[in-house]
Formats: sequence, structure tokens, C-alpha cells
Amino acid sequence: MRRDPNDLDRYTASERVTHWIVGISFILAGLSGLALFHPAFWPFTMLFGSSTWTRILHPWFGVVMAVAFLLMMLQFWKLNTMGKVDWQWLGRIGEMVSGDDQNMPEQGKYNGGQKLLFWLLVLGTVLLLVSGIALWRAWFHFPVEQVRWAAVVHAATAAVMIGLIMLHVYASIWVRSTIRAMWYGTVTRAWARQHHRAWYRQVTGIDK
Amino acid sequence: MVWQSLDIRRRSATTTPMPQARESTEVAKLIDISQCIGCKACQVACMEWNDLRQEVGYCVGVYDNPPDLTAKAWTVMRFTELENDGRLEWLIRKDGCMHCQDPGCLKACPAPGAIVQYANGIVEFHQEHCIGCGYCLTGCPFNIPRLSDQDHKAYKCSLCSDRVAVGQVPACIKTCPTGALHFGSKEDMKEHAEQRIADLKSRGFANAGLYDPPGVEGTHVMYVLQHADHPEWYAGLPHDPAISPLVEVWKGWTKPLAIGVMAAGVLASLIHYVMKGPNEISKETEKEVENETRPE
Repeated sequence: MRRDPNDLDRYTASERVTHWIVGISFILAGLSGLALFHPAFWPFTMLFGSSTWTRILHPWFGVVMAVAFLLMMLQFWKLNTMGKVDWQWLGRIGEMVSGDDQNMPEQGKYNGGQKLLFWLLVLGTVLLLVSGIALWRAWFHFPVEQVRWAAVVHAATAAVMIGLIMLHVYASIWVRSTIRAMWYGTVTRAWARQHHRAWYRQVTGIDK
Repeated sequence: MVWQSLDIRRRSATTTPMPQARESTEVAKLIDISQCIGCKACQVACMEWNDLRQEVGYCVGVYDNPPDLTAKAWTVMRFTELENDGRLEWLIRKDGCMHCQDPGCLKACPAPGAIVQYANGIVEFHQEHCIGCGYCLTGCPFNIPRLSDQDHKAYKCSLCSDRVAVGQVPACIKTCPTGALHFGSKEDMKEHAEQRIADLKSRGFANAGLYDPPGVEGTHVMYVLQHADHPEWYAGLPHDPAISPLVEVWKGWTKPLAIGVMAAGVLASLIHYVMKGPNEISKETEKEVENETRPE
């Protein structure tokens, strides 16, 4: 939805759909996984019909997430190659967090933090997928020592991934007018100019 | 279950203490391998008492039949032909759950109450709470539990907890024709084992001994071995079994730590938001953008 003729396109409809398939499957895999992770989260099994259904469904949520995420990776990886300016941005992330982002290095479509997150999520998804297959006893039979490694890797990676996604969600809430990019596909010019100046100049042609 | 002998001492995926007011006698099964003739009567008795019928299979070229433990075969004889000092020895080990004092299956299980350890030491699977994840297979140092292809629940020897609760010995013990299987208090079983070991030593088995591995805090199924220095000769009985360090890491302090870090992340976000406020677009930028986009 274009609310203002001056709004800038940030995400296509297919990019948004892919993102939300990943998002929803991440939440479902996360809730069902946490239920199996620690008894404190056992009540989450009720969200999925029963504890046994939780065990049955969890790997399928994971497969959907991994496939959708790999599609998303194909859509976005070029935009996320890290450059010198990204590392500079990350080096000064303290200023950003303290709320004083006026002097941060100019950023393209994604800033250094977003790019680093992207690659960490790529790594995490691959680790979860590979270790998850080893743990999926309904279909696969691996030597027990490999399954033990997989269990450790899967749980540790999942905990880190949940942390990263909480960061991702918080950043989109904290930086106002960001989430609409994933809902409608557009952002305001002012938003683009403040947070992604280089991208703003690139798409508007305004050289300032 | 209200029988005193079945007080639950440990329960899977449970973080608070279990009842401990009553002291129970710890029980044990003693398997004297030197007296086993491999007749498999115990396998039959196990099937009978527990109402299990493993599908009739095929001979795979050895005496082991069925060739492995299954969801419906909770004990199997494992035959080893050992050539030792120019002599042939036929080592026949009754394989099945060892009922560890520190059970790896119970530690790994994510389903509350699917695995319990009774105060008498018996470790039992409650299939109605089992979700079929197979984590018990991952946790077990002895490769004992089996997931059923039929219902995806995990099964293993229950040490006939139902019989033991009413003062009976397990079905396998009851049926053993040679006296290779014994059942009683763990203390008595150790004492009996001492006599058997002394006898074996007097017959030339200098390394005869009791298999009650300390790595799992001892087991409630123990073996008298002619060659206690080589448990691996008995169809790969582990030398010094313990819960894998990987399982300890997976199921240990790392989990509460991870939960704490995740919770701290949420709290830190909230505090950050309250302290710094939202990151809004500055009025200045809005004005500049307005100027830039004003139609000429």
C-alpha cells in the first residue's frame, strides 16, 4: 500500500511473504522446541495438540523454516555482503545503542548490524538443519555419538538464534516506522534518509 | 502407585525433589555369566510375563535370536566365541537394561514422568507419557532403549517392577534353570557375587569380578564376569560406562544458563526502551526531506 506518493519501495510482495513464512515457522519451531528444551516450557506442548504432536510437528516447522529461509537468503545475500563501512558501523554500535545515531557512518540498504545478523542467521539455520536431521529419529538413524553432538549443537544454536531474533524484533520496534516495510513494503523518505542515507540517495537520485 | 517399594525417587523432566521420607531397600539382579547355558528361557519368560510377541525373524547365522533388542524383546542372549590362551570360551551375556543408579535415559528425557526411577533402584518407562523423541536412546550409555516402529514409544526391561512391588522376583529370575540369575537386595547380591567370584578364581579365572560400574553410580543389574578386566569381550559390554559428557553438557547447567540469558535479553530490551526511548525520525530530517521532495 502506498500511503504517500513519495514513499519508497523497500520490499516486494514475494519478499514479504517469504519473510513471514520464515517468521511464523520460526515462532512455531521455537515454541515447540522450547517445550522440549526445558521442563519450564513444557506447557507450550498444549499449543500443538499434545506433547507427542509437539514432537511430531517440531521438525516439520523446522523444515519449512529452513527452506523458506534459504529462499530468502537467495533473495538477499547480495545486499548483505559486508564492506569496510559495515565494520566501521559495527565498531561504533555503542553510539547507535545509546540513541545518538546522527553521526553513524552512512549506510546502504542494510547497516553493518543487519548484515552481520543475516550471516549469523544463515549459519544458525544451516547448523539447526543439519543437527536437526541427525535428531529426527522418525526418519533418520545416525550413530549415537553423532546424535549426542547434534543434540548439543541443536540446543545451543537454537538458544543463540532465539537471542538473535529477539534482537531483530526489538530493533524493528525500537527504530520507529521500520516494521511497516515488512507489512506494506514501503518506507517514508525521512526514515530512509535517517537510517540508510546511501540507499536513500541511490533510490531517489537525490545527491546530498 | 501407592506401594512403598515403588516410591518414585527420580522423575524425568522434573526440577523439584521427589518423595524421600521413606527409605527403601535397593534391589538388584545378579547375572552370573559363568553359569549361563544360553537356553533363552529368560527371554521366553520375559515375553510371557510382559505379554510381548516379537515377530518371528530369520536366522542371521549366529545363536543370537532375535539378533538385537527391540521394543518387544527386552532381553536377548548375546553369544561370543572367545579364543583365549588357546582355549575356546563361549561367553553368553544376557543383555538388557542395567537399571543405572544414575540413568542417562532419565536425564535426557524431556517428557515429565515418562521415565521414573523407583526408590528401590528400578528405572521404568511410562509409555503413556512418552512422546517418542528417542532422547533416552541418546542418553543411554548401554544402547538399551528401542523406539517402536509401530507406536513410536520407547521400550526396555522394567525389571518386572509390577512383580517386584508385590514381593515377587522378576520373570527371568523365576524361570532360569541353572541358577545363573539371582534377585534380591543389592547388598545380598554383592555378597553372593563375592562367593561366586572366589569360586571362579579358585578354578583358574584369576580376573573374575563383579560388573557394577561406578561411572553410572552402580547398576541394579550386575554381572559376574569370568574376565572382569575385559568386559568388552562380552559382546561389547562397555569398559567404564558413564553418561556421555555431551549429554551432561546438553542436559546440565547450560539450559538454565541459556534461559537466563534469553530472559536477560528481553529485560535488557525493555530497560533500553524505557531509558532511551524510541528511535524516532528527527524533525530536522523530516523538514529536509520535505524540502527535497517539494515539487519544483
